[in-house]
Amino acid sequence: MAERCAVIGVGQTQFDAKRIDVSMPGLLREAALRALEDAELTWKDIDAVIIGKAPDMFEGMMYPENYLADALGATGKPLLRVHTAGSVGGTTANVAFSMVTGGIHDRVLTVAWEKQSESNAMWGLTISPPFSVAVVAGAGGFFAPLVRTYMRRSGAPEDTGILVALKDRRNAIKNPYAHLKMPDITYEEIRDSMMLWDPIRYLESCPSSDGACAMVVSKEGLAGRTARKPAWVHGTSMRSEPVQFAKRDAVNPMSGRLAAKDLYRQAGIHDPRVEIDCIECYVPFSWFEPMWMETMGFADEGEGWKLVHDGTTALDGARPVNMSGGVLSSNAIGASGMCRYAEAANQVRGEAGEHQVDGAAIALGHAYGGGSQYFSMAVFGTEKP
Amino acid sequence: MRDVAIVSFAQSNAECEVRNEVEILQPVSAEAVKASGLARDEIDFTCSGSSDWLQGQPFAFVMALDAVGSWPPIKESHVEQDGAWALYEAWVKIQTGEVDSALIYSFGKTSPGDIGQVQALQLDPYCVTPLWPDFDSVSAIQARVCLTAGVVTEKQMAQVAARSMPDACDNPNAVRKGEFSVEELLAKPYSASPLRDHDCPANSDGATAMVVVAGDRAKELCDRPVWIRGFDHRIDPPALGVRDLTRLPSAAVAAAKAGAVEDKIDFAEITAPYSHQEILLRREMGIGDDVRVNPSGGSLAAHTLMSCGLNRIGDAAMRIASGDGDRALAHAGQGPCLQQNLVIVLEGE
Amino acid sequence: MGIRSGTAGVLVPPVEYDPQTAEALEDFVDVGPGGEVISYTWVSRPRPLQPLQRPFAYALIKLDGADSSLLHIVDVGGDAVKMEIGMRVAPRWKAERKGEITDIEAFVAEGEARPAPPVLGGDLRPVKSIITPVRLEYDFSAGREQSIFLRALATGKILGARSPGGDLVYVPPRGADPRTAEPTPELVEVSDKGTVVTYSIIRVPSENIDFELPYVCINVLLDGSDIPFFHVLQNCELDAVRLGMRVRAKWLPPDERVESVESIQYFEPIDEPDVPFEDFKEYC
Repeated sequence: MAERCAVIGVGQTQFDAKRIDVSMPGLLREAALRALEDAELTWKDIDAVIIGKAPDMFEGMMYPENYLADALGATGKPLLRVHTAGSVGGTTANVAFSMVTGGIHDRVLTVAWEKQSESNAMWGLTISPPFSVAVVAGAGGFFAPLVRTYMRRSGAPEDTGILVALKDRRNAIKNPYAHLKMPDITYEEIRDSMMLWDPIRYLESCPSSDGACAMVVSKEGLAGRTARKPAWVHGTSMRSEPVQFAKRDAVNPMSGRLAAKDLYRQAGIHDPRVEIDCIECYVPFSWFEPMWMETMGFADEGEGWKLVHDGTTALDGARPVNMSGGVLSSNAIGASGMCRYAEAANQVRGEAGEHQVDGAAIALGHAYGGGSQYFSMAVFGTEKP
Repeated sequence: MRDVAIVSFAQSNAECEVRNEVEILQPVSAEAVKASGLARDEIDFTCSGSSDWLQGQPFAFVMALDAVGSWPPIKESHVEQDGAWALYEAWVKIQTGEVDSALIYSFGKTSPGDIGQVQALQLDPYCVTPLWPDFDSVSAIQARVCLTAGVVTEKQMAQVAARSMPDACDNPNAVRKGEFSVEELLAKPYSASPLRDHDCPANSDGATAMVVVAGDRAKELCDRPVWIRGFDHRIDPPALGVRDLTRLPSAAVAAAKAGAVEDKIDFAEITAPYSHQEILLRREMGIGDDVRVNPSGGSLAAHTLMSCGLNRIGDAAMRIASGDGDRALAHAGQGPCLQQNLVIVLEGE
Repeated sequence: MGIRSGTAGVLVPPVEYDPQTAEALEDFVDVGPGGEVISYTWVSRPRPLQPLQRPFAYALIKLDGADSSLLHIVDVGGDAVKMEIGMRVAPRWKAERKGEITDIEAFVAEGEARPAPPVLGGDLRPVKSIITPVRLEYDFSAGREQSIFLRALATGKILGARSPGGDLVYVPPRGADPRTAEPTPELVEVSDKGTVVTYSIIRVPSENIDFELPYVCINVLLDGSDIPFFHVLQNCELDAVRLGMRVRAKWLPPDERVESVESIQYFEPIDEPDVPFEDFKEYC
């Protein structure tokens, strides 16, 4: 990398089913202002704005970012709009980082968002391409069969998904921004909740949220100017593969595995199981946690579920996953990837509040999208790389 | 800054394509890769531009991966903007040193949907979209502001068209071409006053692909690499009633930042979907009256939404590569009344 | 109403954030109701959804007291000659107002305007949201191979595209082999029987879907094809659904078949032994 960069400010909105208290610009502002305040900067200090979100059909607008230029102080500045399906929050951040590491800008603001209550996200996710039968009901309908395959391949105990959901929902109580907070949630309640797309239950699924996440990214020379620590970017990666081809493994996709390997190489990590302290990864349906643990090399193939059952991924475990409550607790689709990055960054800054992992020095943020075919990842560290 | 050059370019444009997006894109992408001299798997990064709204389905760009090859898995990204911005993202990625080459592509079909309605979705969703103005109407309002202010005349608009369409006769990718006099054009009826049909873009379907390479490798791959000497883009405020519609400040700033005026340019390829916009852009970007603009015919000859900006860049690059000029300015614009503008300065080896 | 901004005067319609400084704005100001036409375009053939279905003008109108213009429409009874830069206009209101920009039906020549009807309820309640129905129609091109595939469905046949190497068949055809990006022009027939490689039971409704809940969504690998695709299983008890079960397409009667995947209504179980997981595990 030519330049080093760090996340020096993080902001999130309150995530909720419908943020009718704000307009689209207002929603982004909430996150952007918080990130600027965290970085102790103003709009004038930002050189460029990089925005990411998922399909515009979720809001019913084309190029909504053009409409938002005022709200983000982007007038007269470069504005780029990234869209890589569900992984977009992560990819957007990766692009923002490269604006700085490439020496193009000194400080950029990156915002990822979704105000999906404005349109109909379920409709937007229900794939009914022309000349095909509409059978897949939303993202859950697409992913549930993959979960079934994982269960069959790994022989994982049937309640693995329940345990992950229980963990994430309890973690969310410690996250002031989370959409779903269920203080009295129990194993039984999750187990008894309705099967939506068998084998995925209602309480094992993510909500549909409105929300935004923003980060201020700075070059090395301008970082470390406030009392709050920067989160140094140690590496980023992204990989894509086609959604369907013969003998494609969509459960443990090659693109995810290669993205992880590339990430570790860049970040100088030889053994992620030892060197990474905590992980924020994109788990929209609870079974994805063990699956991603395998893809990212934290467990051997077929054994990711063991990390769930032995408590490794719990908030007080050896390697906590989704300390914030994750996507299961808030899912504004475009923002979710960036929230993973932001939460990971906050962990190494020591700014994660009640869901802080003590002494977290290296954290991983992960996002995925499409038919498990797009992956974006980053590693953050308390120390410079 | 690393030196990055355009080493190959391919495009397709047709008034209305019966092929689907994958079928249109596949040969164009294959042609650009072949012409680059690199094998597909030697190209480090892939970046594309497209819009879901043109295809009428969310996540539409996902299908395109089939057409360009993404196995084994590739480093790939996508912007929901014209391919020119995908080129920008790729150029930045190369600057980081993580990659040394990139395949950029974009595609769009304006024919399947009602492009007028789709474009209205780009406007203020609270106060303007409910009135459903299409871009012809909105751009016509801008044109009339310019006419009233004396910044543009109807004759000048007709001159742009009268020059573009014959130029387009040499462009195999043009969908609208012909020989017309200014008088003939001025005699035609208004389609969206004060605009006439020929003042409006020749909407088309198509795809575009380009390969860029960093450093000396570019010299090994082609006789005359076309170097990117400056690259910038900016955006103006959205509210049409607040903007001074006789100005395009973002184009002026982008041109200045890209270093357009530092040295003479031999010609320019600019994205002016409406004829009056060419006049505004010339002024904002400091393109002199003696500089040839849009030898390809520009958007009045073929305007493939999501590719038109990348097409201007590619057309300019190929012209330089063939020896017809050494230094050019290429421009891409998008958004209502060209709210967002991108400028790239190209120079032949 | 407009809003006062530090740098740009009174902006109409009000914007939340200053276009120059990005600061939040709150100082509302009454403007209008009359104003001046700054610019316009004549719409001689209105499109669907546009506010009037007889010729009208879109215009930028600078309301009295404002420093920016409002984009709206002007109705001069269809006579383009009556439009002029600088003409004075005022709103013609709809009888019933909902708090939307379309409460103003159109601007008309000032002399013809009438005062606004009172707001129902008598007070100004904040507008939380507006609903703008959007309907967009698209004419899709199936593409060459998909067209052949669809026409074959009308005759009760399922075709797949063979990859250039000849070793893989894609159903439905995708236009190119995703692994190599090479076109797949050769189409071959595959069976309408196949194996369920994975599945899910759907209990959540969705707008675009017609099947009665709960229904079984299957990934079926047809004999002769190398990729599974989504479809629906019917005529099977939920607890009898299993990986590896054999199924066959239930076609519409020949005279009802169409050039669409809808010619296959669903898949149903057939009496053949289940395929062991090991034999198809790479396909799911």
